Amino acid sequence: MKAALMAGLAGILFSLGLGLGGMTDPAKVVGFLDVAGDWQPGLAFVMAGAMGTYALLRRLILRQRRAPVLAPTFPALGNARPDARLVAGAALFGAGWGLAGYCPGPAFTSVGSGANPALLFVAAMVGGMLLFQLWEKRPVPARVQAPVPQR
Amino acid sequence: MTQFLPPLLGGILIGLASSLLLLFNGRIAGISGIAGGLLLPPRGELAWRAAFVGGLVGGGLLLRALFPQVFGAPVVTGAGLTVLAGLLVGFGTRLGNGCTSGHGVCGLARGSLRSFVATGTFMVTGALTVFLVHHVLGGL
Repeated sequence: MKAALMAGLAGILFSLGLGLGGMTDPAKVVGFLDVAGDWQPGLAFVMAGAMGTYALLRRLILRQRRAPVLAPTFPALGNARPDARLVAGAALFGAGWGLAGYCPGPAFTSVGSGANPALLFVAAMVGGMLLFQLWEKRPVPARVQAPVPQR
Repeated sequence: MTQFLPPLLGGILIGLASSLLLLFNGRIAGISGIAGGLLLPPRGELAWRAAFVGGLVGGGLLLRALFPQVFGAPVVTGAGLTVLAGLLVGFGTRLGNGCTSGHGVCGLARGSLRSFVATGTFMVTGALTVFLVHHVLGGL
């Protein structure tokens, strides 16, 4: 219960950050990716601010604590090598991101805006995730390599 | 310079939220992973995932009430393209194990090579798509 409450609070804070940062404005996202046109560098500051803050606090948290406050262990993250699956997935994601200007976080936040295109986008995004699950469960030849651990 | 202050503050807020999720829940704030895991949640995984995604939507409701101007108009018009983009984002983030948050923020912050490659890849295909749509095709 406490864990769900904290996750909900983190979600709200994350969403406010996305809105303040400009990630919920598809035109700004497209402007950021439009390096050959009227490039808008603003969103680079969102990524730098988020990454810098997380890098700093993450180190501090992992140094100070043996376990999270409400969970038994910190996530074990491997150092698996990049592979074709990773690159193909990221490539497809980038194409969809550039097309509509929504990545998953801002898309969920935009559901709160009540705008129809955002709702349709999120429905399709969830559909894409379901398609992936069906595709992943397809019968495969035994030689195919093991799936990469989830992050 | 002042136009870069809101993006920077927004980013810091995102970093704080991700740190809270790590400190309290021991979880990585990868939105596509959290949301994707809702579709077939392992035992005991439903509540926190639903609460986090609910929090994202709830934050959107707050923004709508307080700062509705943060929601810009969509850049793609037409249901077909919107659905195509959504399918690509949903399928691609699951296949590539992450999106802008999981790889682009959390993964890069811990120096993960996989996240570095993924972030580089989606930046490049995103930019290529924008170039193709807006400079070659002249918009859709």
